[in-house]
Amino acid sequence: MYVSVKGGERAIRAAHRLLAHRRRGDRAVPEVAADQIREQLSLAVDRVMNEGSLHDRDLAALAIKQARGDLIEAAFLVRAYRTTLPRFGASRPIDTGAMAVERRVSATFKDLPGGQILGPTFDYTHRLLDFALEGESEVPVAEVAAVPPAETAMPRVTDLLGDEGLIEAEPPACDGAEVGDLTRAPLRVPAARDLRLQQLARGDEGFLLALGYSSQRGFGSTHPFAGEIRIGEVAVEFDVPELGFAVPLGLIAVSECQMVNQFAGSSVVPPTFTRGYGLAFGQSERKVMAMALVDRALRTEELGGEAVHPAQDQEFVLAHADNVQATGFVEHLKLPHYVDFQAELALVRAMRREHAARAETAADAFEEAAE
Amino acid sequence: MSREAVSRSSLPEDPSIAARRAVMALVAEATAIELRAVRAIAPVGVVDLRAPETGLVMVRGRIGGTGAAFNLGEATMTRAAVRLPSGATGFGHLLGRDPARARDAALIDALWVEGTRRDRLEREILAPLRARLDRDARLRAAEVASTRVDFFTLVRGDD
Repeated sequence: MYVSVKGGERAIRAAHRLLAHRRRGDRAVPEVAADQIREQLSLAVDRVMNEGSLHDRDLAALAIKQARGDLIEAAFLVRAYRTTLPRFGASRPIDTGAMAVERRVSATFKDLPGGQILGPTFDYTHRLLDFALEGESEVPVAEVAAVPPAETAMPRVTDLLGDEGLIEAEPPACDGAEVGDLTRAPLRVPAARDLRLQQLARGDEGFLLALGYSSQRGFGSTHPFAGEIRIGEVAVEFDVPELGFAVPLGLIAVSECQMVNQFAGSSVVPPTFTRGYGLAFGQSERKVMAMALVDRALRTEELGGEAVHPAQDQEFVLAHADNVQATGFVEHLKLPHYVDFQAELALVRAMRREHAARAETAADAFEEAAE
Repeated sequence: MSREAVSRSSLPEDPSIAARRAVMALVAEATAIELRAVRAIAPVGVVDLRAPETGLVMVRGRIGGTGAAFNLGEATMTRAAVRLPSGATGFGHLLGRDPARARDAALIDALWVEGTRRDRLEREILAPLRARLDRDARLRAAEVASTRVDFFTLVRGDD
């Protein structure tokens, strides 16, 4: 039971003013600008766009500044802003095969058409703090190299395997089929894969990382290989009824992970590798790898297994992946529960009285028996 | 590369639509300042059919990259529509929340559709924009190419 409590207005006003003051920090230090966050903390921006489920680099940067760097709070701010805007429609599905690739690696084939392109990665760094970044250092511009003959084809690893029939085919898209949208209808389990992927795409990176990790450690292993990770820009197109054709809206950066996992098959279908898929806004490699692991784990039942581990359990995963929902329910505990607690206090006191009375009666009975 | 991808991904279509879409794809990558130049080309008496309006587009992906569609997440977008005194109408649909940029995009589309000022549009806006984007794309591709792994370097021993 919640009751309204009056009298906190002045304290709340002062607390918000103090928040703004503390957010500013030492005023001898220059204030950080939202565009600096957008440009220089771009992976935090990407994370907020994913968990806020809204692609807008400027808004995400502003939210990070306003939230003092609390990325879940920032995602919350972005989600709240989103509700103020009308939705014009849905895009055509983006074509990650036509990506302007910034990074593309495969752990399954050393020499693959299009090559291995490391891009701007933390991999192979020694994780030693770089004290040169403490001051304003001259950052050398990137190296350049000759670009291989125009249009070096960069086929998907899954397509290479698919050509030989070694990996399960992705069920073809039936155009016109309704695409599930959990922002319009409550998510129910069991949920179809489109809805599961939507929830994972907006899910908390830490939660998905832990679940993916748990599956690797034996809580529902899928024997995964990172078939391909690609990061880069894709075009977004939008059908405009007045025009009768799809209009290019611009480019967005996305990360994609194709996880290749151990086998499915039956007496009639020969064994094939199975798939797990991850897709997210921006450069979000850890997120899409974890997402692909969890996507595959959630397919356990449809591939003939039994869902016994947390990562395989749709309700467990889908109901708890959204950190804005989770923080809402966890953090509501700090709001006034004075009346509930008065009831609990009265209850525990009554129980203690009864307990004491019972103990006294038992002691009397014992004494009487002893005499 | 990506702009070519835009044109490539569409179905076979009317060449005039393809050309209009190609201009739109170019404009969609332009900065607000690059598009502002259109105001000097536009005639007086432009009517706003749809004042710039910001909203959301649900961005979709495909399961496994090639399968059925799913909703990845929303993106902000802004749209506008204008009519020139000649009657030509133009539309601007751009990611982001910049109303002036969307209206300038609509102006460019209208001028392209009208057809009589295409030379000036091409000379003053589209050609410089195309050159800038090509330059950026080439630089980006060259930077990325420097991180391509050459597994043979260590064992070649031929120099």
